[in-house]
Amino acid sequence: MMTRRSFVKNGVAAFTVSLAVPRFVSDLARAQGAASRNLVVLDLSGGNDGLSMLVPYTDSSYYSRRPTLAIPAATVLQVGADSSGKALGLHPKLTGLKDIFNQGRLALIQRVGYENSSRSHFYGTDIWSTANPANSTGSGWVGRYLSSLVPPLDPLIAWNTTGDTPHALQSAGVSVASIPSVSGYAFNSPNGGAEAQLERSAAATIASHVPVDKPHIGFVGTTAQAALATLDRVASVGTYKPSVTYPNNGFGQALQAIAGAMSKGIGTRVFWVQTGGFDTHASQDTTADNGAYVKLMATLNDGLSAFYNDMRNTGLLGDTLLLSFSEFGRRITENGSKGTDHGAASVMLAMGGAVRGGIFGTAPSLATDPSNPTLENNAADVHFETDFRSVYARVIDNWLGGDSVSVLGGNFRNGPAFV
Amino acid sequence: MAMDHLLRRAGFGASSDELAAYDRLSYSQAVEQLVNYESTPDDVDAKIGQPGYVGTTSNGPFSPDTVINDARQRWLFRMVHSGRPLQEKMALFWHNYFATAYSKVAGVAKADGATRLMNGQIDFLRTNALGSLRDLLLGIAKDPAMLIWLDGDTNTKAKPQENFGRELMELFSRGVGYYTEDDVYAAARVFTGWNLDKSLAFTYNANAHETTAKTFSFPIYADGGRTIPARAAAAGMQDGIDLINALAMHPETTARVVTKLFTFFVSETIAPDPAFINDLAATYLRNGSAIKPVVQQILLSPQFLDPAVAFTRYSWPAEFIVRAIKETGWTGFSVGSALTPMINMSQELYEPPNVAGWVLGQAWFSTGAMLARMNFASTLALNQKFRLATAAAGARSSPQALVAFMTSRLTADFDGTGDLVAYASAGSTWTGSDAQLQAKGSGLAHLILGSPEYQFV
Repeated sequence: MMTRRSFVKNGVAAFTVSLAVPRFVSDLARAQGAASRNLVVLDLSGGNDGLSMLVPYTDSSYYSRRPTLAIPAATVLQVGADSSGKALGLHPKLTGLKDIFNQGRLALIQRVGYENSSRSHFYGTDIWSTANPANSTGSGWVGRYLSSLVPPLDPLIAWNTTGDTPHALQSAGVSVASIPSVSGYAFNSPNGGAEAQLERSAAATIASHVPVDKPHIGFVGTTAQAALATLDRVASVGTYKPSVTYPNNGFGQALQAIAGAMSKGIGTRVFWVQTGGFDTHASQDTTADNGAYVKLMATLNDGLSAFYNDMRNTGLLGDTLLLSFSEFGRRITENGSKGTDHGAASVMLAMGGAVRGGIFGTAPSLATDPSNPTLENNAADVHFETDFRSVYARVIDNWLGGDSVSVLGGNFRNGPAFV
Repeated sequence: MAMDHLLRRAGFGASSDELAAYDRLSYSQAVEQLVNYESTPDDVDAKIGQPGYVGTTSNGPFSPDTVINDARQRWLFRMVHSGRPLQEKMALFWHNYFATAYSKVAGVAKADGATRLMNGQIDFLRTNALGSLRDLLLGIAKDPAMLIWLDGDTNTKAKPQENFGRELMELFSRGVGYYTEDDVYAAARVFTGWNLDKSLAFTYNANAHETTAKTFSFPIYADGGRTIPARAAAAGMQDGIDLINALAMHPETTARVVTKLFTFFVSETIAPDPAFINDLAATYLRNGSAIKPVVQQILLSPQFLDPAVAFTRYSWPAEFIVRAIKETGWTGFSVGSALTPMINMSQELYEPPNVAGWVLGQAWFSTGAMLARMNFASTLALNQKFRLATAAAGARSSPQALVAFMTSRLTADFDGTGDLVAYASAGSTWTGSDAQLQAKGSGLAHLILGSPEYQFV
């Protein structure tokens, strides 16, 4: 793969074919100072039921196929109609996202997915991570973007707020900092004072000795070096005083850490955050105060609202783009456990100061006609309209100033113009 | 060297006393003792709270049957002190294979009920640690924690629930790509009625069973038949037994399971020799999916004993924690001190991230997780500071002698000890005083346990 350095050295000629028409967009993004821009990827893990998040509240099949799970039309937060004229409303808990939508800074991208959607959590996550439905065992799309940047990469170029490095961030030569807790990201010692300092410098020396014939030890050594080299910058994030109060849950605290990292300018370009529990096979309950899906939406809304307001108050909103995804949507007809099983296409969210807000794509018709083109699997599941890779391409080209064709291994530059 | 390799892989490492006891056996006798663990008494639970063993920390009385953090400590205690290390090791293997998380079970059964159900599942896995995959699959299909975890308790003929049926084929047997969506629907219908009663015990609810025939894309019966016949509801539980009997013996399942065992015991970086995998598969099939002969064959194989594979497997956090405790010492230490560090290392027992289990190998080693390992090393070294200095009294003559003592106690694949000697020599002039042994001994324990080299088994 060509790196950004080779692009600069070799000039435009080598890329004439792949960059083709929309190249000016990338140039524009660079001219606009892409270097200060951040991308926050939000993984709604478990398979988010897009039909409960963005409700087609005038579709009678929505109510007939979901006798206990349909959200009453009177309670949805109406956001107008899509280009096909279908009226849509956000889940009643998404009041903060509705405000952001009204400010024109939230894009709702409907029916995103791919052909022959996997119904497996793990296979599906791998496909969304690699952006490669044909072979989902390779490197991740964010990792490939990072490896296209000018080396050497800063060990804090990407900050993962979960414990394990997500597949999407994995790529050869890209080290990702996993920092679930800023306060826990420190070097402790059984001794104090000068002895502790001697231990810290000895630990750095030991980690730097990478035996050539033992690549496994080298891998861990590189990780340990990256940890030791980033301790002080990460500690500075712990001193961040946000302008709003974040929810006191894992998701809210992770977003606060991200805001802190942006505010302190520690150099991170890509953040990864996750909130789970979307695998609602049973007792999905979309309406009661304590309902499972209600709580999911409340967590999402409260976290994202706090983050958005904090970014706006601190003047960083213009540099911030948050993109959500989930490994699949859910089946249209509810099951006997008052839940929904694994389905296909779903809704993505894009939020940020440069986002062109609005509704992108069209809602499915939920009529149970097997030939209904907006559905698949004998009208059981939502069929995709927008290829998820075209959403990624938009982010890579127009926001990050990268080259989506090389990162994604193909031209997907026909996506919705949300950024 | 073979013996300590065996004990790291087929157990959780060894204290110096344990290693001395095993060294009185031949290698094959040691394998025999590990594999046929029934001949060793299982009296380890009675030692919890007794002097001479690692401690536990609780709010109130130690209650592993009702409090999940106490259950976690009980299991860590067993890993440190059980005379049947391979049984605990395989229980951990199956906990990852049939990954079930307490938090979802607690949503249905409350904290104390979920602790009881999770213990029930782990005890089942422990009892069948080297049993047959067929028995494991059948037991797990009836396991109350699993029935809550994968929603089997709501699987009825009115609306079949696909979750368990899908994962049974994708994760517990054949693997992704070896079943169809129609197989998922059929498997869901097979297990309709496998539910829970009011006391959250397994019950077969014949009224909820879907009685029509179920056809799969793969053979169910010895004659190649792919259809489980229609049966009266009262006899319908046989559907699930037929499916499990078939899945356990499929070649796809066999290859998947023996390869996972190879990866666990031998190497996750060297691709297995296909001939060896075929041998293991033949052993598995010849013994009706029994795991014990497969593990025994692995532990006695030249592949396992190849010196090139020693210290090359990325340790799971549980392996790292338990081995560090066994090698460093435990008097005055509590396994309760390991609970939060294990979360930061991404392996909270009873709480795997999802039904596919933990992501193994390099994925354990994010920067945050590596710092958590280094900081656990610091906690343990601080706790054992004075005991380490006392034990090292005979090595007070020089920094080199102290490093030699520490590296013989804490086993790792160091190419040389120059960095450690440089640390031991740095700072104040060497006197070998008690205070210096305490500072440098604990500092060395911290550095060794937190080194890249120590993170491998």
